[in-house]
Amino acid sequence: MSTFWSLWIIVLTLVCLGLVCWVLFANRKVAVKDSEEPENQTTGHIYDGIEEFDNPLPRWWFLMFVGTLIFGAIYLALYPGLGGFKGIIGWTQVKQLEAEQEKAAEVEAKTYGVYASMPVEELIHDGRAMKMGVRLFANNCAVCHGADGGGNYGFPNLTDNDWLYGGKAEDIRNSIANGRGGAMPALGAVLGEENVAKVAEYVLSLSGQDHDAALAEAGAPMFQQNCAVCHGADAKGNKMVGAPNLTDNTWLYAGTREAIQQTIRSGRQNQMPAQHNKLREEKIHLLAAYVYSLSFNYDE
Amino acid sequence: MSEKSSPEDGQTIRYRNLYEKSDKIYTRKITGLYQNIRRYTGLPLIAGFLLLPWFVIDGRPAVLFDLPARQFHVLWLTFWPQDFMLLAWLLIISAFTLFTVTTSLGRVYCGFTCPQTVWTLMFISVEHFFEGDRNKQIKLDQSPWNFNKIWRKSSKHAVWVLIAFITGVTFIGYFVPIRELLLGLLPYRDSVSGMMTIDANPVAAFWTLFFTTATYLNAGWMREQVCKYMCPYARFQSVMYDNNTLSVHYDTKRGESRGARKPKDDYKANGLGDCIDCSWCVQVCPVDIDIRDGLQYECINCGLCVDACNAVMDKMQYPRGLVRFTSEDELKTGVFKFLRPRIIGYALAVTAMMSAFVYTISTRTPLSVDVIRDRGARMYRISGDQVQNVYTVKINNMDNNPHTYSVGVEGDYPFEVKNYRPVQILAGEVFTVPLRISVPRKALDTEKTTLILKVTASDNDKLQAIETTNFIGPAPHK
Repeated sequence: MSTFWSLWIIVLTLVCLGLVCWVLFANRKVAVKDSEEPENQTTGHIYDGIEEFDNPLPRWWFLMFVGTLIFGAIYLALYPGLGGFKGIIGWTQVKQLEAEQEKAAEVEAKTYGVYASMPVEELIHDGRAMKMGVRLFANNCAVCHGADGGGNYGFPNLTDNDWLYGGKAEDIRNSIANGRGGAMPALGAVLGEENVAKVAEYVLSLSGQDHDAALAEAGAPMFQQNCAVCHGADAKGNKMVGAPNLTDNTWLYAGTREAIQQTIRSGRQNQMPAQHNKLREEKIHLLAAYVYSLSFNYDE
Repeated sequence: MSEKSSPEDGQTIRYRNLYEKSDKIYTRKITGLYQNIRRYTGLPLIAGFLLLPWFVIDGRPAVLFDLPARQFHVLWLTFWPQDFMLLAWLLIISAFTLFTVTTSLGRVYCGFTCPQTVWTLMFISVEHFFEGDRNKQIKLDQSPWNFNKIWRKSSKHAVWVLIAFITGVTFIGYFVPIRELLLGLLPYRDSVSGMMTIDANPVAAFWTLFFTTATYLNAGWMREQVCKYMCPYARFQSVMYDNNTLSVHYDTKRGESRGARKPKDDYKANGLGDCIDCSWCVQVCPVDIDIRDGLQYECINCGLCVDACNAVMDKMQYPRGLVRFTSEDELKTGVFKFLRPRIIGYALAVTAMMSAFVYTISTRTPLSVDVIRDRGARMYRISGDQVQNVYTVKINNMDNNPHTYSVGVEGDYPFEVKNYRPVQILAGEVFTVPLRISVPRKALDTEKTTLILKVTASDNDKLQAIETTNFIGPAPHK
């Protein structure tokens, strides 16, 4: 706040308070003094035969006003209300917020602390923990992965047993805490449009879809040269870099000819945001357990 | 109060200056029909108020307004924040009942059942017990402080505080289970530190003291000033009055001119009416008005002046009813019309609303369900040859027992619920269940269709809620 605006607020506030004081004390005086006939102490205003008395404020009422003025003065001294003046005890909204967050953290620590030491494999059988998991998931993950964790176009399905970065509890926890960045480079310029089509045919053949056998055969060496680094020579993917398995029928983006060509041509950029700055350790642990439970087969 | 003669007819007009200190009202003790009526309507009400928090139904107090849990238990019913509509209706019904009663019977609520009046009268009778009747009280207040005055005054205040405390505890007993509250307020010696200590919940203890103080001040000190200056009902009751409304009236025709007389005199020949101007009706009045001045907003229709006047009339061997419950029309014409269009209208409205209220309460299912369709990156999901929509189903179990719910789905297409995992939802818990509904792509030939969700408690078929929502799919192939 610049000095001008600070002064502006200070002057306005104090002048208003001063005016209030003036009005209050000015009205303590009775203008008409007619001690002979006390009932005649009127201001002389008559409306419809109703006279206006010239009485001061009742004492209790006046004292209440004085009380609020004193309260206001104390308040302005303690709390930052006068422009740039910070108040004499450093009482600020930010500090109040921090104090409240501290309190909330304590409550959270108590609520989630019980589960922090339980391994994921146990947690998924704990009804109460899983209920908390549903809520955490709905608040933090459902926007992208869907309320049921079933994923969306470009957002992995968490309910199948297909994992880009591994489906062990520790892997899931890592994904949530630190996030993941999936990067498929754009190969359109490197390969040329004709070769993109050939590689796409080969990829179609990998998952056993309808393809042009001749084009696929021509695409195979190009795949080994350009794609195998990440997806592996057998195209089974690589969980270290999050490269998808191309031989199954699970597609992060659609598995159609057009979509695959598009992926090869322009690449794909995926970002799972890291949650460790946003969520407490205990919450991440509980979320990992819940995500683990989504694809866990309880019947076995 | 000051007096001044009015310029027109030279009659004395009494002014009340709002700024003057109000005079203390010393009321005269009186017995009579209306005081008996008051006693026998008041006692059961007070007994009900005192005893209700002690009853236990289904393991909890019969009436408990559990604010922290946001549950209102009334007898066998439990109300949740969602039921506040019902509370609003209850208040509206109460208001209309009050209108009906006021239009027909005047301010009987004020005079006979209003807690302010009932408690004030309780306090007044304590005052009468310790300090004697009106004249004795005036004398006692004027006398110098001596042992007699001190013990009478202090015992009066002690009993007042006791009544106020019982009231305060009972009132808070509607919000905190009363046994717990009382045990918390009892001091005990801590076995470890050896100090006297109490376990009271500070909030409950504060409000108990607050209501104790408020009762003591209201019924002991403020009394009629609450009715005159604070109570809003006194201000708008006049709009409910008509010329046939029952209220306390002084029969001017019969009473005037008022004046003292000797028993043997033929007072009628002297131009006097039946009013002997004994001012008993003023002396008994808890709001210090003179009923002979006509209808006044301070008058709470408590009937004390009626009883007082009747007692005097009996003594004088005049007929009763110089001051009586009557209506303006009856005073003029001698005919009292109870059933008027206004009363009938009010009564019908109250009956209709009450029936609707009772019906709503009795058919209420303690389950509410909300369905929200997922709005993710895509409107729908295609998995193999299935079209899927994802929903968040909010199940609010308002029953007093935990339930597990099953979810069924109906619609124009062979919808199917996938991956639903039944969860036990505790009493009063709101839980959101993610739900995936799928339909074969071939079967679906519309972009948008209605879906009916049925949420049913697995142990009780009657506990069911039905919600409709939309199912979105791809444009059909043409």
